[in-house]
Amino acid sequence: MELLDNLALGFSTALLVQNVLYCFVGVLLGTAVGVLPGIGPTATVAMLLPITFGFEPVTALIMLAGIYYGAQYGGSTTAILINLPGESSAAVTALDGHQMARQGRAGAALAAAAIGSFVAGTAATVVLAVAAPPLARIALAFGPAEYFSLVLLGLIVSIALARGTALKALAMIALGVLLGTVGQDIYTGTPRFVFDRRELYGGIDFVSVAVGMFGVAEILRNLEDERTRTAIVSRVRNLWPTREDRRRIVGPILRGTGLGAALGVLPGGGHVLASFTSYAVEKRISKRRQEFGNGAIEGVAGPESANNAAAQTSFIPLLTLGLPAHPVMALMVGAFIVHGITPGPNVITDEPELFWGLIASMWIGNVLLVLLNLPLIGFWVRMLRIPYQVLFPMIILFAAIGTYSLGFNAYDVYAIVFFGILGYVLIKCGCEPAPLLLGFVLGPLLEENLRRALIISRGDASVFLTRPISAVLLALAAAALAVAVLPAIRRRREIVFAEDE
Amino acid sequence: MRTTGRYRAAARMIAAIGAVSLVAACSGTGGATGGATGGGATGGYPDRNITFVVPFSAGGPTDTVTRMIAEPMAAELGGKIVVQNVEGAGGTVGSGEVARAQPDGYTVLMHHIGMSTAPALYKDLGYKPLEDFEMVGLVTEVPMTIVARKDFEPETLQDLVTYVKANAGKVTLANAGIGAASHLCGLLFQTAAGVKLQEVPYEGTGPALTDLVGGQVDFMCDQTTNTSGQISAGEVKAYAVTTPERVKSLPDLPTTTEAGLPQLQVSVWHGLYVPKGTPQDAVQKLTGALTTALADQKVVDQMAKLGTAPVPAGDATPQAHRAKLEEQLGTWAKVIADAGVKAS
Repeated sequence: MELLDNLALGFSTALLVQNVLYCFVGVLLGTAVGVLPGIGPTATVAMLLPITFGFEPVTALIMLAGIYYGAQYGGSTTAILINLPGESSAAVTALDGHQMARQGRAGAALAAAAIGSFVAGTAATVVLAVAAPPLARIALAFGPAEYFSLVLLGLIVSIALARGTALKALAMIALGVLLGTVGQDIYTGTPRFVFDRRELYGGIDFVSVAVGMFGVAEILRNLEDERTRTAIVSRVRNLWPTREDRRRIVGPILRGTGLGAALGVLPGGGHVLASFTSYAVEKRISKRRQEFGNGAIEGVAGPESANNAAAQTSFIPLLTLGLPAHPVMALMVGAFIVHGITPGPNVITDEPELFWGLIASMWIGNVLLVLLNLPLIGFWVRMLRIPYQVLFPMIILFAAIGTYSLGFNAYDVYAIVFFGILGYVLIKCGCEPAPLLLGFVLGPLLEENLRRALIISRGDASVFLTRPISAVLLALAAAALAVAVLPAIRRRREIVFAEDE
Repeated sequence: MRTTGRYRAAARMIAAIGAVSLVAACSGTGGATGGATGGGATGGYPDRNITFVVPFSAGGPTDTVTRMIAEPMAAELGGKIVVQNVEGAGGTVGSGEVARAQPDGYTVLMHHIGMSTAPALYKDLGYKPLEDFEMVGLVTEVPMTIVARKDFEPETLQDLVTYVKANAGKVTLANAGIGAASHLCGLLFQTAAGVKLQEVPYEGTGPALTDLVGGQVDFMCDQTTNTSGQISAGEVKAYAVTTPERVKSLPDLPTTTEAGLPQLQVSVWHGLYVPKGTPQDAVQKLTGALTTALADQKVVDQMAKLGTAPVPAGDATPQAHRAKLEEQLGTWAKVIADAGVKAS
């Protein structure tokens, strides 16, 4: 059993005292920056990278990886408690997670997220150990045409994110896509919507949009009327998921894990689709569809599992081929290089302790995260009892500091103000921020891959249909669109017919 | 009573959050500073922290090189060097900031080849490379490699030139974005080969290399740092290295001169700058510290791992640096204008 030998090697490396210690430091830091609004894993890994230069290579990578998946855990905490997602994936968690918190069920939501993440992390570790190299080969078959079709499919199924009308959801997605175009066009270098400000050339930072649209807008809404103030929950019901909850989260966790593990492997941005897609799937197949958006525990458990599974399998292209799928991975490539390891397909054979040690450490890291996070749930829930006059300024202060620390760009902070006001106006208009955020994240991917596919094909649009994977994805997208739109059309026709009679 | 309890819980909570964020913030600045301390300062320059501005993201190749030399330089200067990443618009945001900074020797810019290409790529740059900066010295020149998807037909660099000329309408040339080293090298290749190809820009080297390994695009030119792993594993086909000397980590790879395309010479050269008007005493001390740092065996070893080496001692001087910058500004103004590329 070669696999068992490899895993034994991995665990013997990962269980060395300093490796367990730094794995813990990594997941602890990851949880902390995930919880703090603004500072994300990319900034943290970038800042801590130089510190790891003196470590053993495997220890350094274990810690950096721990920060990455630890932040995925921590990000859900603020999303649930104060409606402040720090990463695109956590925006989905905020939808139902924060509603649960408002109903006094923050504990159950946090526990569902933690349990889901642990199951997903464990399963994804197994996937990494068993099938990493062949999966990476499959992922390489995804070119620009395939990514375009995949993102299009993702956008269509995600109309399900909206609670209100499909039309408003579509409008929000479109607005998000437009906001995503701000900055320098990567193909021609043309600055778009930058108003001659070089600070805007890099585009608007996701964190600014999320903090503004979710956090600040929510705070503004809370301040307008004391009776509707919802962030402060006086009564916290059961801290743990009830038996009913536990029964309800099994399916979403398993489906989310599978979906996330599969999408995470794709280096061109599959992992950002994981939580959105999982949410859409759960809402679609649920018998309690009306509960989604109003505190459905499935809407927390599914996306959180998907997100964590994807976070872990997104290491596959990096570890097996040396190809980074995420800015954090790109930084880890830097860590490889500094330690004299050339990232590439040879790492598995040349540095087996490193490869298997890192994989084993991910499982250990997941155990540590559960041990760290489950006891913290009671502590986090108490945060909701902080008086709003203390809590709200603190949220804004931390968000502003965190966002500024990303790139020392004052425009990232101005953007929080802008999106806070925009978000408030949109709430007043009955529009929801989640579809906008989705459009903002996926829009650039959609455009980039559409144009790249057409550049490579010299303008021949048939590539989307002649490449088999792309064609299948487009067919699925068409089917999803039909499923979403047809009932509405039928209903309208019924109304029209009813009026005729 | 209940209220006080509540407030106490709240206060504890706040204290805890404060502590956590303090840790994060400290590790933040701690990381950003690189924490390089040297011996005691003895009056004169420097008597406080020196800021090294890196106009690119932390953890990237330029940042890595900066942090490598910051520590021995700080030791030599007898002060502390803080590394700050000011990203944006191909390094022009950070460069502009340093150009406008107080010329007192406490703000230093680390920039690469992009210093010489920005005037041709950007309109209204807001600074002039030769006039608004004093040069401290060159640091390193990172070689580049020409690589292709592994089933790409041409076998040698000469084959490649013949092939792309015959199939100019079909071949795709990837790069990591406008103004990126891979883009510049690609432009030079097209000039040297006398052909115009379809370029496929990506956002960074990672995605570009991914599509090259996946066979979605035909070939590209990128820093050794990024390509050598894929070359040794046989995931990509390598034709040549773009420097006069072969690279130690890839001993079998010929140079462009050996492979018959001597016009193609390019490296990602790095240099240190201070704002115009910085006291000569400070510039001299910085140059001296740079020379010492580049001779440090630890720095040599670390750079070797990146597939590069410190520049010869004579090049870590303001004179050599200015000459290099002048020469490069001329080269790129022409290449970029001929290619009709604009970043703004």
